[in-house]
Amino acid sequence: MNNVETWRALLSERGTDEVVTKALVRDVELPGGAGTMALITLDNGFDHTKPSTFGPHGLFALNGALSEIAARTDLVAVGVTGKPFVFAVGADLKAAAAVTSREEALAIGALGHHVFRRLGELPIPSFALVNGAAMGGGLEVALHCTYRTISSGVPAVALPECFLGLVPGWGGTQLLPRLIGPAAALKLIIENPLSQNRMIKGAQAFELGVADAIFEPADFLEESLRWAARVVKGEVAPERASHDGDDWDKAVADARFLVDMKLRGASPAPYRALDLVTLARTASRDEGFAAEDEALADLLMGDELRAGLYAFDLVQRRAKRPAGAPDASLARKVTKVGVVGAGLMASQMALLFARRLEVPVVLTDLDQSRLDKGVANVHAEVDKLLAKGRVSGDQANRLKALVTGSLTKDAFADADFVIEAVFEDMAVKKKVFAEVEAVVPAECTLATNTSSLSLTEMGAELRHPERLVGFHFFNPVAVMPLLEIVKGAATDDATLATAFAVGRSLKKSAVLVKDAPAFVVNRLLLRYMGEVVAAVDEGTPLETAEHALDDLGLPMTPYALLQLVGPAVGLHVAETLHAAFPERFGVSANMAKLVASGKPGVYAPDFTLDPEAVALFAGGGSPSTSEEVRRRVLEALAEEIRIMLDEGVVAAAQDIDLCVILGAGWPFHLGGITPFLDRSGIARPRFLEPGVASVPA
Amino acid sequence: MPSSRDVVFVDGVRTPFGRSGPKGLYAETRADDLVVRVIRELIRRNPNLPPERVDEVAIAATTQIGDQGLTIGRSAAVLAGLPKSVPGYAIDRMCAGAMTAVTTVAGGIAFGAYDVAIAGGVEHMGRHPMGEGVDPNPRFLSEKLVDPSALVMGMTAENLHDRYPSITKERADAYAVLSQEKVAKAYADGRIQPDLVPTAVRTAEKGWGLAVDDEGPRPGTTMEALSGLKTPFRPHGHVTAGNSSGINDGATGCVVAAREVADELGLAPKMRLVSYAFAGVDPEVMGVGPIPSTERALRLAGLSVSDIGLFEINEAFAVQVLAFLEHFGIADDDARVNPYGGAIAFGHPLASSGVRLMTQLARQFGERPDVRYGITTMCVGMGMGGTVIWENLA
Repeated sequence: MNNVETWRALLSERGTDEVVTKALVRDVELPGGAGTMALITLDNGFDHTKPSTFGPHGLFALNGALSEIAARTDLVAVGVTGKPFVFAVGADLKAAAAVTSREEALAIGALGHHVFRRLGELPIPSFALVNGAAMGGGLEVALHCTYRTISSGVPAVALPECFLGLVPGWGGTQLLPRLIGPAAALKLIIENPLSQNRMIKGAQAFELGVADAIFEPADFLEESLRWAARVVKGEVAPERASHDGDDWDKAVADARFLVDMKLRGASPAPYRALDLVTLARTASRDEGFAAEDEALADLLMGDELRAGLYAFDLVQRRAKRPAGAPDASLARKVTKVGVVGAGLMASQMALLFARRLEVPVVLTDLDQSRLDKGVANVHAEVDKLLAKGRVSGDQANRLKALVTGSLTKDAFADADFVIEAVFEDMAVKKKVFAEVEAVVPAECTLATNTSSLSLTEMGAELRHPERLVGFHFFNPVAVMPLLEIVKGAATDDATLATAFAVGRSLKKSAVLVKDAPAFVVNRLLLRYMGEVVAAVDEGTPLETAEHALDDLGLPMTPYALLQLVGPAVGLHVAETLHAAFPERFGVSANMAKLVASGKPGVYAPDFTLDPEAVALFAGGGSPSTSEEVRRRVLEALAEEIRIMLDEGVVAAAQDIDLCVILGAGWPFHLGGITPFLDRSGIARPRFLEPGVASVPA
Repeated sequence: MPSSRDVVFVDGVRTPFGRSGPKGLYAETRADDLVVRVIRELIRRNPNLPPERVDEVAIAATTQIGDQGLTIGRSAAVLAGLPKSVPGYAIDRMCAGAMTAVTTVAGGIAFGAYDVAIAGGVEHMGRHPMGEGVDPNPRFLSEKLVDPSALVMGMTAENLHDRYPSITKERADAYAVLSQEKVAKAYADGRIQPDLVPTAVRTAEKGWGLAVDDEGPRPGTTMEALSGLKTPFRPHGHVTAGNSSGINDGATGCVVAAREVADELGLAPKMRLVSYAFAGVDPEVMGVGPIPSTERALRLAGLSVSDIGLFEINEAFAVQVLAFLEHFGIADDDARVNPYGGAIAFGHPLASSGVRLMTQLARQFGERPDVRYGITTMCVGMGMGGTVIWENLA
């Protein structure tokens, strides 16, 4: 298989719904009499909200344009640029997800190489004019060109493949390390994708050497063409550092250390990328590109990538259209927010509401000094934002003025949304809401940030329980993207719609959950930790249990997670869940001892195990092996998810996955968790049909 | 502190002029983007001019709505990346918009209110056809304040043929052929290109391209070809598409400064402003406007027409140039007049054209250090003329 017609036969049936990126070619007279450039515009015919991507037909279109250009003798250069605001953002993921055979997977890689490399192998120089977002295959198009200019207005330059479970396999792993050196290349290929898919801007890309010249967006294309003309005429020759002498082994070893730390081998893609970058030092283009083809084919036919594509779709689409949310038009306007409490959580919420809703936010507390401290905390955070340049001086003044404190709840008399962040105790919360309801207007939404208490019970004595809704943030409030919106038995649609509207304004991804103990994320995390702790209580060495699930690549081990939330909080939630589901959620006596000891957890400040804390868990007589712990935890998770779905806690398994991805940071290569439970054979029957988050049968 | 200071023209550029319409160069390009490109090129070409020293950005447009609205001088300054401290405004005198932008900032400079200003104009007649959104007061006609033909420029040109019976259609056509020939020669000699700023153009259908030359010129135009054209404004009339300027899109701009400030900054001024004048005439013969405005400007300068070595006169219509020449006793083919040709070939994006005349005069001054004075002049709708007299600093 080595020609375009074979690939066409193999791939053109696929992706019939492909949004084809056209390669529009127009002759441009380069300034200063430098000659004619054939300028290719990559354009899928939509505006910037639908960026151009490459599916098979897009690749064929670019190939056709390059064939016509190659046949001409009147050109001095070829250029490639994008439609306004977008250069190109890589492979068409839908087309990738449609691949069912390794042959097709290989063809996609080989076709991309065949087309893109022509840009670098024409007898005339090629110029990529990177006018907008350049990601994945889009950036690789640019890398194949002889020269690159970039706009200082470009918001995103990235090779996000490893984030999804792929490698930059259309030349990226071979061309980039040679262009900017292995260390910088690995930052783009490995480090950024594995750091919440971080992207860099045009100026940073230029500094890294990705582009030879940078111009401002106002007349980027014109100035790029002027520069290209000077290059063609030999008036300017871009200087590029040689990277032959770079320490490739060290760069790769450093990156490997990072990958191991984050993934512990759980996803193959970054490891393949490391191998390819290693290869790039000595391999010929043909060898390097062929190795990329093989890697792409292996990964495309692997379930980790499929789970990654599924997860990506969840956070891109499902998170934006929450299942079960009522009609947005029912939402009530929110022009003032009340926060009951002035503790850490309350001030975090107050700042978030003030920043995102830009309405007055009143904190209340019974104690003047606590109140002052809460408001001062918010103001201090605003000052930090100001110092970092995240807000202007005027905005900082506005935010500070928006957040005030009050000793009485009378300040809520004209509030539209009041949320409580008081101690996690039913009696306390009931009392708070009774007081709040006495002063707020009839249309005011009441929200609770409870992480585990029953909403229905909390509202039982309210005059209007229909306006009470659960609004469960994750810590730290400003950072964690998930919001569990809880519908109680009485909660009405207008209240729910208001909660979703507020969640959206706060830029959170909201998932609708039923009023069930600990909702989704905490229930699953507690079940997971509960099984691990139980295994330790039974005599499994703590270190064995702690690392039994390392191969999943979860962001934290169980005891590290326990330490983060604090043993007391962990125990409290465990007790709540035990009360609800005693047969599945235990309360560890050893955990109670840990809480009583006052220790922050089993780890010392230097992240070594604290022998005294570990000793608290000793004494069990029936230890398990690591494999037994792993299986037990996974089966428990599968069981709990099944029960939650049966109870209707969320609408579908997809929502479970969305919650653990956004609320617990569980990785894409697991697809959250249910795709992993499916593919490892733990889930019986499967949660998802084959092909949804796995290679189609 | 009111004072009177010498005002100089430092540098001028323009975008290539396109033909308006769905197939034109700038069919899908915004007018404000054309202005932005001009402003940035002026700053780039004059590295000794710190952008924060620009005290005003005056941009003319006849139709000040949509992408030519929003106080285009200010909005284009912001879009061009000038410091936010640089103010700007929009100005309108129809065809003489850019010329008026120059004379108005020049007045401010002479008075001491500004040191340096950018002045220019834009008209995207494809996006904003002449007369878009106008609402003429009914009194114009009910009280016979103007002739019904006054608002149709082609009709005013026909009226001018009536006033000057000696200006025949053949003379007008011959003048038009000459204008096309002069433009072709100026292009071949590389006189035009140095002051054009290549401008990106894009259409959804064709992708990105680059405008590098004017789209209007029709080299090789013959008398025979012109004789067959329709006379849309009058049956068996005189005025055709061939002996008139076109319907065009384009933008111009220039840097104007106090002479002492130009010297301080190390700018290289090309012309000194000697005098300027605007004058009104009957709107139905607006084409005679340059005659009284030029007479007034000459009088203010203490000069006579024989002192003028170069004339840049806007060719809205051939007849209007010929009327001017006839009045001043200058031959139709006098070499001092529009040596690079004129708007009949280049095109006439209304409010932008005044600065094109100045930019071309400045380049001609550079080639002709022997010439001391030149004028730029143009006719204006609603019956006006404008004239600026310049001294060669080359």
